[in-house]
Amino acid sequence: MNVFDILGPIMIGPSSSHTAGAARIGLITRALLDAPAVTANIILYGSFAKTYKGHGTDKAIVAGILGMRADDERIRFSLDVAREQGLQISIETGDLDDVHPNTAFVSLTSRDGRQVSLLGSSIGGGNILITKINGMEVSLSGQQTTLIVLHRDAPGTIASVTELMAEKGVNICNFHLSRKTKGGQAVMTIEIDGHFGPELNTEIQKLPNIYSSTMLQPI
Amino acid sequence: MDLNYNSMADLLSVADQNGGRLSSLVLSQQAEQMELSEAEIYEKMRENYQVMASSIAPGCNPELKSTSGLTGGDAFKMQTFSTSGHSLTGPMISGALYRALAVSELNASMGRIVAAPTAGSCGIVPAAVLTLQEERKLSEKECVMSLFTASAIGMVIANNASLAGAQGGCQAECGSASAMAAAALVELCGGSPAMIDSAVAIALKNVLGLVCDPVAGLVEIPCIKRNASGVAGAFVAAELALAGIKSAIPADEVIWAMKKVGDVMPAALKETAEGGLAATPTGRKLFEKVFGEK
Repeated sequence: MNVFDILGPIMIGPSSSHTAGAARIGLITRALLDAPAVTANIILYGSFAKTYKGHGTDKAIVAGILGMRADDERIRFSLDVAREQGLQISIETGDLDDVHPNTAFVSLTSRDGRQVSLLGSSIGGGNILITKINGMEVSLSGQQTTLIVLHRDAPGTIASVTELMAEKGVNICNFHLSRKTKGGQAVMTIEIDGHFGPELNTEIQKLPNIYSSTMLQPI
Repeated sequence: MDLNYNSMADLLSVADQNGGRLSSLVLSQQAEQMELSEAEIYEKMRENYQVMASSIAPGCNPELKSTSGLTGGDAFKMQTFSTSGHSLTGPMISGALYRALAVSELNASMGRIVAAPTAGSCGIVPAAVLTLQEERKLSEKECVMSLFTASAIGMVIANNASLAGAQGGCQAECGSASAMAAAALVELCGGSPAMIDSAVAIALKNVLGLVCDPVAGLVEIPCIKRNASGVAGAFVAAELALAGIKSAIPADEVIWAMKKVGDVMPAALKETAEGGLAATPTGRKLFEKVFGEK
């Protein structure tokens, strides 16, 4: 804990969990798509579903999808900005067992038809926890530099990624692996200490059996 | 330096031994802890202070409305009254009241604020420091430094109790902000570490047991007005402490009491919007007004 956990963050109100955290969930989804979205489907669960209108949770998630950070004063007008930019949005509320009360599902499609989806919870004080990416279980907070590597479930793939990171002197502080089916799509989420440039990510993309690798800077 | 935030006694004894202002010691320790220079840490805190300062004017816009439509425009009324010459409490207190309302109403309208320590209590610390700066013509530097003292108090409370309404009720949220603001005020007025301890104790004692009962679950009713009372309470605590009045119960024990009170507080009174003002007939009616059509 430090002084800026007490005074801070600088954020758009009214609620760190219902607004600031929601914006960060949108922002991570946008980073995963790595391109502007043309359609966004959002499903809100729990307290998000019940109170989103009063807290502006919908506006905050859409703002994040548009690339706005949690302290961007345009969050208030994000639905208008989305309309101007031609982003089609659907917002629904749903029920889901065994999830944190402040949870959202976000699915985005890019102009060239690529799709990403994510399930994330706002766990207090603007902090978030992403629990699913493209239907696969993950666990990431967005507080560390994070690599999300979609790959084919094949022997040696994880070793090739971690060996490359070892060569670069990268320390892994959290590693999570999940796969859909044996030999099918799998995802590694790797949280690392310190700051590294995009070269690390580019080199991982060149390794065998890698579909895509996304580097998220702390948000 | 062995400055730590485990207790007020630890914190203030180091300040006593070193003879300097608490804020300077906190700045040095934090620079060490975060492996950054003191200048970098100071600059980051200055940015916080500038956001606080820039939230007053938009918060006083007479047209301001919250996202729910339930609140807005009260900071404007209070500012007008404060400067009308008819204020009951004078420019210091009435100035702090309108600034606390301004930041808090801006928060409710999706404006840009600094969580201090939370969004729900974001008006109290800025209102105290900005008002004293205005009335006493203090330098920006002194004011930014006082925020390190306020943060240190917040860390001690976080380490021993809680800063979240969902865990400790409003005493933990607006109460902690009030204690932090009181400490900043005492330092800005040249008070001793012992006076800071008393100010923190008095501010918290006066709101011990305060429940978190937001109407419709929104950070508006009663939160916005509790930011006004929170900053007034900070001035009461700081004024008593500066007069040399000691708290009979030391701050550490008051924080302990706050934790115990928070633990036995029923869940209905801890941000769930099921009890207190949220459960009144008018509170329920306002809930229907905001969320009813869905």
